[in-house]
Amino acid sequence: MTETDRYVIKQISIFSENRPGRLAAIAKALTEENINILAFSIAEADGFGVVRALVDKPKKAYEKLTGIGFNVAFTDVIAVKMRDSPGGLYEIAKMLANVQINIEYSYAYTGKEGGVLILRVDDAEQAVRLITSLGATLLESRVFQ
Amino acid sequence: MFWNEKTETLKKRDLETIQLKRLKKTIAQVQNVDFYRKKCKDAGIIPGSIKTLEDIRRIPFTRKQDLRDGYPFGFFAVPLSKVIRIHTTSGTTGKPTVVGYTKKDLDTWAELIARNLTMVGLQEGDIFQNMVNYGMFTGGLGFHYGAEKIGLTVIPSATGNTKRQIEMIQDFGVTAIHCTPSYAMHLAEVAEEMATDLPTLKTGLFGAEPWSDSMRRELEKKLGVTAYDSYGISELFGPGVAFECQERNGLHIWHDCYLVEIIDPATGEVVGDGERGELVVTPLAKEAMPLLRYRTGDITMKLEDECLCGRSQKIGRITGRSDDMLVIRGINVFPSQIEHVLLRIPEVGNQFMVYVDRINHLDEMTIDVEINRSFFSGELQDLARIQKKVVKELRDALEIRTTVRLVEPGTLPRFEGKAKRVIDRRGES
Repeated sequence: MTETDRYVIKQISIFSENRPGRLAAIAKALTEENINILAFSIAEADGFGVVRALVDKPKKAYEKLTGIGFNVAFTDVIAVKMRDSPGGLYEIAKMLANVQINIEYSYAYTGKEGGVLILRVDDAEQAVRLITSLGATLLESRVFQ
Repeated sequence: MFWNEKTETLKKRDLETIQLKRLKKTIAQVQNVDFYRKKCKDAGIIPGSIKTLEDIRRIPFTRKQDLRDGYPFGFFAVPLSKVIRIHTTSGTTGKPTVVGYTKKDLDTWAELIARNLTMVGLQEGDIFQNMVNYGMFTGGLGFHYGAEKIGLTVIPSATGNTKRQIEMIQDFGVTAIHCTPSYAMHLAEVAEEMATDLPTLKTGLFGAEPWSDSMRRELEKKLGVTAYDSYGISELFGPGVAFECQERNGLHIWHDCYLVEIIDPATGEVVGDGERGELVVTPLAKEAMPLLRYRTGDITMKLEDECLCGRSQKIGRITGRSDDMLVIRGINVFPSQIEHVLLRIPEVGNQFMVYVDRINHLDEMTIDVEINRSFFSGELQDLARIQKKVVKELRDALEIRTTVRLVEPGTLPRFEGKAKRVIDRRGES
């Protein structure tokens, strides 16, 4: 297994119209398959949005949601461990800035492992290499999936 | 190949001479119909007062509703005893429209079909399966007599029992078929299910409903035919009014039998060549049921380019119905134009819904369109790019700004019968 494979996580991205009940429909479907959502965010544009989620069984989630008509795609993201105290995000963000890694989008959560920053970057392979070489900790995809 | 080369290739001036002569005769013929006698009187028109073809513009239009009001025989200009056949059009609302034919009318009609079939290369030796309704619908008997006239071997298979239709095509070595494009698609699918092919077929004549060029490509691929578009309506005899030649770039309408005007459906004004509008036809060779300036409701245009085949001016393939036309900020928009734009954009589906509102005294058009499943990358910015692309393509084609909403695949209504894709809310407060 390459470094990239070890750290790249399959996020599910779901196209959704911006109207009441769509999130409930997604969540209900995942519930029915006993799929756990570990992190999630919604990005919205003009009349529609993309629901992004890290789930414990991405393939099953993809099949279920596609089966009931949703338009779903997999997106590669990485997860960087953060210190869960003031300055934690700054440490990571400063590091990314120093090595010129551009963030397309990002969201975060704090859980049992402390703070976690989910990143969507242009070049995941390069980001994995740079981040690990700088001593920061990336969560392995198997932690999630 | 020509059936009647002299008439089909008449020079403009000679054609106009014939048209004017026949128009005068038609004006005389309609005096036998109460409706027209009154219309002509009100407009101050007598057969002798028509000096040029443009004089026809003084006569008011005839509409489908007028014909319905004349049910059953109010528009016949000959005694019923001289009407040797009657057809009716399907009355989706109210009474059907009745059309009648004298012996001469049936000869004229068969002559036009003969021209069309010869134009696409059919001749004695071809085996022709006519897969349309042979009852009150004009497509069955209309094509039948024209096909016999040029000596084709005609199989009047009519509709239904698709497997049997396929067996006949194979067993009889059928080379040409006539049916609706949707039935042709069904035929192709059934043949696929039967794991069989139709190697003798070479020509497909499809009409009675509008169909797109992408459907043409699909039918040609699946059936192994060259596909031709056929246009006609019962009020103008039936099929055979206009037909594609082998260039397949527009329809040749038979100007010696039909005087063609294209009008703006909103104003009734005649529009120029190359401009889209409603087809208005004055038949010049009908005895039993002559009509003046009949509004077909079909949207087309007069094409400017001459045809390589040598026949006279073409009209564009029918792209919709004038009943469906919307006027948005003074600009005419046809739902079919929107459909054509969407067909060119692979990132979105072909289904759509149009909503028209009046916001701050301005017309606003919103179009819902489904994202194509296989083009969803998961990235918001790609969706926004698709949305912008659709807005731009629509603006280029319609010359108006629209709002485009991307919706989830499979969520827009599908229509089995007549599609109702436009919701105009401008009348609501």
